Amino acid sequence: MVSRPPLVRMSSISKYFLDVAANQDVNFDLFAGEICALLGENGAGKTTLMNILFGYYSADEGEIFIKGEKADLASPKDAISRGVGMIHQHFALVPSQTVLENIVIGTDTRKGPFLDLKAARSKLLALEDQFGLQVDPEARVWTLSVGEQQKVEILKALYRNVDILIMDEPTAVLAPAETEDLFKTLKSLVSEGRSVVFISHKLNEVMDISNRIVVLRSGSVVAERNTTETSARELANLMVGRDLLEDIDKKHLEPGRTVLEIQNLDARNDKNLPALKNLNLVVKQNEILGMAGISGNGQRELSEILFGMRMPTGGSIQINNTSLKFGSPTAAIGLKMGRIPEDRMVTGLLMDLSVEENMILEDHASAEFQTWGLMKLKRIHRYSDELIDAYNIATAGRDAVTKSLSGGNLQKVMLARELAGKPAVVIAAQPTRGLDVGAMEYIHQRILQERERGAGILLISEDLDEVFALSDRIVVIYEGEIMGDASGANASREQIGLWMSGVK
Amino acid sequence: MIRFRIVKRKPLPGWAKIVIPMAAILVTLILSAIPILLAGGHLWKSYYYLFYGALGTRFNFLETFVKASPLLLTGLAVAFAFRAKFWNIGAEGQLLAGALVATVLGVHLDGVPPFLVLPIVIFAGFLAGGIWAAIPAILKTKLKVDDVVSTLLLNYVMIHIMGALLFGPLQQPGSSWPRSAAIIKAACYPVLITRSRFHMGILIAFFAVLVIWFINQKTTFGYRSKAVGVNIRAAHFGGINTTAVIVWTALISGGLAGLAGVGELCAIQYRLIMDISPGYGYSGIVIAMLGNLHPVGVLFSSLFFSVIIVGAQTMSRMTGVPTYIAEVIQGMSLMVMLIFLLFTEYKLKVKKK
Repeated sequence: MVSRPPLVRMSSISKYFLDVAANQDVNFDLFAGEICALLGENGAGKTTLMNILFGYYSADEGEIFIKGEKADLASPKDAISRGVGMIHQHFALVPSQTVLENIVIGTDTRKGPFLDLKAARSKLLALEDQFGLQVDPEARVWTLSVGEQQKVEILKALYRNVDILIMDEPTAVLAPAETEDLFKTLKSLVSEGRSVVFISHKLNEVMDISNRIVVLRSGSVVAERNTTETSARELANLMVGRDLLEDIDKKHLEPGRTVLEIQNLDARNDKNLPALKNLNLVVKQNEILGMAGISGNGQRELSEILFGMRMPTGGSIQINNTSLKFGSPTAAIGLKMGRIPEDRMVTGLLMDLSVEENMILEDHASAEFQTWGLMKLKRIHRYSDELIDAYNIATAGRDAVTKSLSGGNLQKVMLARELAGKPAVVIAAQPTRGLDVGAMEYIHQRILQERERGAGILLISEDLDEVFALSDRIVVIYEGEIMGDASGANASREQIGLWMSGVK
Repeated sequence: MIRFRIVKRKPLPGWAKIVIPMAAILVTLILSAIPILLAGGHLWKSYYYLFYGALGTRFNFLETFVKASPLLLTGLAVAFAFRAKFWNIGAEGQLLAGALVATVLGVHLDGVPPFLVLPIVIFAGFLAGGIWAAIPAILKTKLKVDDVVSTLLLNYVMIHIMGALLFGPLQQPGSSWPRSAAIIKAACYPVLITRSRFHMGILIAFFAVLVIWFINQKTTFGYRSKAVGVNIRAAHFGGINTTAVIVWTALISGGLAGLAGVGELCAIQYRLIMDISPGYGYSGIVIAMLGNLHPVGVLFSSLFFSVIIVGAQTMSRMTGVPTYIAEVIQGMSLMVMLIFLLFTEYKLKVKKK
């Protein structure tokens, strides 16, 4: 491949969080003057690996050499002093301060005891000219667009004489025109002899911008390719190809009538960028529709709209032929929707309340559990005990504080609450994210039971194995659009991998 | 180098809820020895007179309850609001609103059958305090106005409204002082124990403890209010009308503070004066925190506060230690309690490097 000595060499790096390996025995080289893409699904360990190089995490095993010297990085400060800079997805800027003030924070820009903003300003302007990054030094950061803020972050790194720049999914927050701008900047950086690590899961972009591609999967490097010698198809396979974890025995069922129909749904995300574009879906009884896709492509917005937690900008949703009133969780509950949100600890469960108090959240005002505002505690206790039993929830009891439960048991509480009312439609968003294999299998069985009972299930998941194992049909979402529709039996992994990465 | 890190600990067993406040008060008294000694007081003597002064004689013992009742009501008001994370710093203004409306009615309800006067005054005082707290609650839920700031600032608005009225239409005819006419006999709280000021308002305050405990533990509203306080997003997701919960919580909270104002007017002062409250609304915040937002905790912390306040008078007379020491002890008790509460959830971990 390349025979020059590497600028950065990370050898046999391993990093564990509790018992889970985020990186295992990873070797990674970066050469001067190249853009190297780190490609992989969410949770593949890309960001962790780069956080280690940036001194943000320390590796449990392995060594790092920067410019030929062994580097023990205790903090990002150490990394920056060796010329390594990293720009995270969430910018580290002070919104109320000017661009120039943000640039000099933490640097030693002094003349005697005073801040020497004049010198800083001319150095900044020189950098802006050199790399074509035009930003007004006096502008307050909060007035800038996301693309401009990213430029400030890049300038901040350059100002600190960084020559190895790591960018964590830099295009995730950008509009297409801004992405083009960014790519021009990155090319001018490497033409000046600097190097870039570009973390991404978007195949088209990676093929566009990089010289070399390293593919990570489950914390390990699975392949390394020169960009000119590979194809999006091959990369998609490398990125997602894996063996099934479990064997699932799924009964053959004929789909019944339509229970969920989404028509021409449009929505914007929190940054006011389009998140869903004219989305259409149908889910029938006895059917699991798997929605594959890398997270951040509109899945969160879709599930939040269904749950009543977000307003769409257009379109309609029918549940059992009744149209869903938007922006009202009560309306969704009323139409018998079982809702499993992806952030169960923030949106789904009240972690500081007891297990019982979480079980009755949606039904506490029903005639079964109260009269005249007085809670029927005996009945509530019995109901909670029954659910704890039925779902094998490992807890000290119904009075145990919910946050004392393990991740798998938290999700069981969530399912117990949402499925107890025999919902007509179940929306399960990333239902097994972060769970161990045992809990995952349990959740899968429960979802299949709901299918047999007659519910229609929309399974939104970035775990392709899960989608393949459970779904009757599969759709792929990419940047808010359905890329394609395939049925579970004859869907090819390769095709879905391509769709997930934005290749039609 | 040794470094400390604060890490979460496992939930403590139930007895900790009782032992920890007791320990906090003990530590407070030990630490308070420092300012007492600095002020030149004799330590044992000072503590003896502090407690003797509050509990030792019949009159002072009953006076401790008189002092505790407004503190208990404002403490409950703040605790009930804080439990739902409605940051009501405005119990002082709500107390004044209650006292103000009670004054207007108490002076003018002459034609009404006497047995109806007190119920009307009490209900109106409750409502006035409640509405004064509901305003920032509506601003918070509809316009996202920060409740800490709005409740606090409304205190000053109420003080000035009261001042304007006391120098204007409410001023006692012929008086040049900012004070109202006296309320009619039927509007005064009955004194329940002779040769003391132990009045009906004290029973109302104790009854309020029961009511709040009951709401918190047994009613769907108490459940919703807690859910909103714990995680408003998850409560909303679960179908709870969070706006209604916050506004109703504010109404009840402000109403309790309003009752404190009614009590001070109808049992202690009998007429509205500018100094009707020496900051009971603010003390309520400290008392609520000290009582860990639990109604029974608030009951004990308000009693502790009034013991210190009443006892400090005697201590000062007998040992020459200034009465300000009472405020030092109060402040100290809150600091110690907050630190203790911090360590019920977290622990220090020593990390050697």
